[in-house]
Amino acid sequence: MAVFGNLSNRLQDTFEGLRSKGRLTEADIDTAMREVRMALLEADVNFKVVKDFVAKTKERCLTSEVLESLTPAQNVVKIVLEELTDLLGTTESKLVLTSRIPNVIMLVGLQGSGKTTAAAKLANLLKAQGHAPLLAACDVYRPAAADQLETLGNELGVKVFRGDGQHPVQIARDAVRAAVDGMKDIVIVDTAGRLQVDEAMMQEAADIKAAVKPDQILMVVDSMTGQDIVNVVTAFAERVDFDGVIMTKLDGDARGGGALSVRSVTGKPIKFISTGEKPDAFEVFHPDRMARRILGMGDMVSVIEKVSAQADEEQAEAAARMLQRGMTFDDFLAQLKSIEKLGGFASIISSLPGGDRLLDKAGGQIDERMTKRTEAIIMSMTKEERAKPQIINGSRRARIARGAGVEVYDVNALIKQFNQINKMMGKMRAQVGDAKGKGGRMSKRARRMMGGLGGLGDVASQAEMQRMMRDMFK
Amino acid sequence: MGWLKRLSEGLSKTRKKITGELNVLFEIGPQVGPEFWDDLEATLIMADIGVGAAEEVTSRLREQSQREGLTGLAEVKEALVGLLAEAFTTGDYAILDERPSCVLFVGVNGAGKTTTVGKIASAAKARGRHPIIGSADTFRAAAIEQLDVWGRRADVRVVERTRGSDPASVCYDTIDAAEREGADLILIDTAGRLHTSADLMRELQKVVQVTRKRATCPVRVVLVIDATTGQNGLSQAKEFNEALGVDGVIMTKLDGTAKGGIALAISHDLGLPVLGIGVGEAISDLQPFDAEEFSRALITGVDDNEE
Ligand SMILES: Nc1nc2c(ncn2[C@@H]2O[C@H](COP(=O)(O)OP(=O)(O)O)[C@@H](O)[C@H]2O)c(=O)[nH]1
Ligand SMILES: Nc1nc2c(ncn2[C@@H]2O[C@H](COP(=O)(O)OP(=O)(O)O)[C@@H](O)[C@H]2O)c(=O)[nH]1
Ligand SMILES: [Mg+2]
Ligand SMILES: [Mg+2]
Repeated sequence: MAVFGNLSNRLQDTFEGLRSKGRLTEADIDTAMREVRMALLEADVNFKVVKDFVAKTKERCLTSEVLESLTPAQNVVKIVLEELTDLLGTTESKLVLTSRIPNVIMLVGLQGSGKTTAAAKLANLLKAQGHAPLLAACDVYRPAAADQLETLGNELGVKVFRGDGQHPVQIARDAVRAAVDGMKDIVIVDTAGRLQVDEAMMQEAADIKAAVKPDQILMVVDSMTGQDIVNVVTAFAERVDFDGVIMTKLDGDARGGGALSVRSVTGKPIKFISTGEKPDAFEVFHPDRMARRILGMGDMVSVIEKVSAQADEEQAEAAARMLQRGMTFDDFLAQLKSIEKLGGFASIISSLPGGDRLLDKAGGQIDERMTKRTEAIIMSMTKEERAKPQIINGSRRARIARGAGVEVYDVNALIKQFNQINKMMGKMRAQVGDAKGKGGRMSKRARRMMGGLGGLGDVASQAEMQRMMRDMFK
Repeated sequence: MGWLKRLSEGLSKTRKKITGELNVLFEIGPQVGPEFWDDLEATLIMADIGVGAAEEVTSRLREQSQREGLTGLAEVKEALVGLLAEAFTTGDYAILDERPSCVLFVGVNGAGKTTTVGKIASAAKARGRHPIIGSADTFRAAAIEQLDVWGRRADVRVVERTRGSDPASVCYDTIDAAEREGADLILIDTAGRLHTSADLMRELQKVVQVTRKRATCPVRVVLVIDATTGQNGLSQAKEFNEALGVDGVIMTKLDGTAKGGIALAISHDLGLPVLGIGVGEAISDLQPFDAEEFSRALITGVDDNEE
């Protein structure tokens, strides 16, 4: 969410203020921890969980490695990310199926969290893996709940067992029997939504469990849930117990801090994430990605990693040169090529926080053909023009357009875009120059980063980058 | 400020100050201790009002207590309730009582839109109105069947088309039917969608536009928010409001343990009134919103040893 800015930016700002004093003190780390605390609370991580987490993380930050670092913000972010990822657990998305036939998987959770949708998605997944699932409609309370499941089942070609008029425990039992008769090897029991304080309904869930002895119970949790999630999952863990969690509605912009709360309060692993209403919008859980998301960092880190892995020494040299003397069209071309290697603009943008929305707004997709056109335009410039773009006047533009088989308008647009990027690099140059003055902070890594993305990829200028991308692709 | 007002304010401050001091002197009731403030901030954060708002409320209450010499736990808490309740936007509470009118219910997936439409239809009917329901969630599996059941429960006619039809057309049909039958309250259920989905938000904009164009009565948009929602609720409200121009909010699922504090942020920041609250899955589980009562519930748990 753009409103808050991500932890990385915030810590950058925090430490910027402390920078001049040399070695950091415990008080400085406390200041940083306040930012960490804020970021986690804004991400809906439970208050008490945050408290413990911050205390633990602070300990780790009080090492000389951080205190004496020239880049304490990065170090703190790294530690926070590591701790978060660690707490979020591992990727345990294998459904643990047993040899029992049929296996029974039961879904539980609050009203509207996405159980029925997840049941269908699981069935879809299992079917694709060669299983023969049966869906059991045990929500007899929500109007048309069985119809909903049946409709979804029909769309997927998965049979749905419904026992209209029966008690949910009975329906679950009958479904298991029907699975045996119908040669199905897995029964997925969809249950009604229930509040953890609804004693009768919690008892019912426990009764269904006792009746069909599920091999696995999955709790479905809405990623938009706030602080109360700890009360909910604690009660569900006590009363019905569950083996894992499915986080839903992660296609939105919720930070999903509830994932951390659930995990640290119950110790249960998060197994799957649901990212949409369609049956295939179901993914394996990645703790590292979730950690970044909670901190509002999108997948930027992995983009940067990708970019810096990509950028070779030569590019790093080019970056340094660009920073000193500005970018030429040759540099620009090199940037385009490296972006292409990364899977194109679309994939880079979509991995930024809010990037998918940006793409959506740009009309769903960025026309990668534009890259080709840009290349053609640059290729039809003379060597001199590429090195000294300022000499490209009107008649040169007309010639270039002819050579590239495009309109003069396209050439103008490219030059405008080029100038914009150069201007932005000028700003960064000023920033980096500043930092350099304070102790040569422009690391090789930073140079590489700039080499790879033409100065677009500094974590701190994400917002600016997004703005620019928007302008470029409008 | 007139002298009379100044005088009476001065008097009231003195009175409060004296009461406070008397409390201390005679140890009347438990006093606010230093741990109270941390406790308060924690409680507010855990009620989902947001960390920024929690800090602000805490510091403002602290200031007020000092200024007015409030030291007794009970009076500080009273001041707190006042502070919170005042932060809510009091809008035109008659939105659901206008006659005739057309109300569209919007919100993210699973928030409780359909259920709320059913409850409101039933309540309106009981008050002697003539409601009609439009089934404009043509997307979700069995959404139409679900609303059908609510229509039957409320004994209100539901206008529908088959799944997958254009939702705007359903709105059109519903208004047609309302005019034919002389209905004076048109309630339209829409498909849930995340505020981040540009396509679906555009679609909803069209639905609202078509309805506004076609209707001859005022058209209102009510955002339905689940009380368990955390900070994302504000993001939801902002986007829906920006896209559609929301008139008010209904908060559902307050029968659980979630406090629904995000309603405060939404109401305050976006200037939207809270029109009602959902407190269960039954048809009668809809209650009017009372800012003071809601605020009191928000802070239950602050210094529990008092009660
Ligand atoms: N955007 C989005 N919507 C979802 C997701 N999972 C479920 N939904 C929607 O959320 C609503 C409630 O889901 P449902 O499966 O009926 O919840 P249940 O009450 O727990 O069974 C429906 O409108 C679903 O289409 C998801 O991952 N993303
Ligand atoms: N406990 C409780 N459940 C509710 C309330 N309002 C709706 N629900 C439940 O939440 C789920 C989703 O509601 P629904 O009206 O289908 O949401 P929609 O997707 O926004 O239309 C259903 O299981 C409803 O029974 C409420 O106030 N309290
Ligand atoms: Mg369901
Ligand atoms: Mg609905």
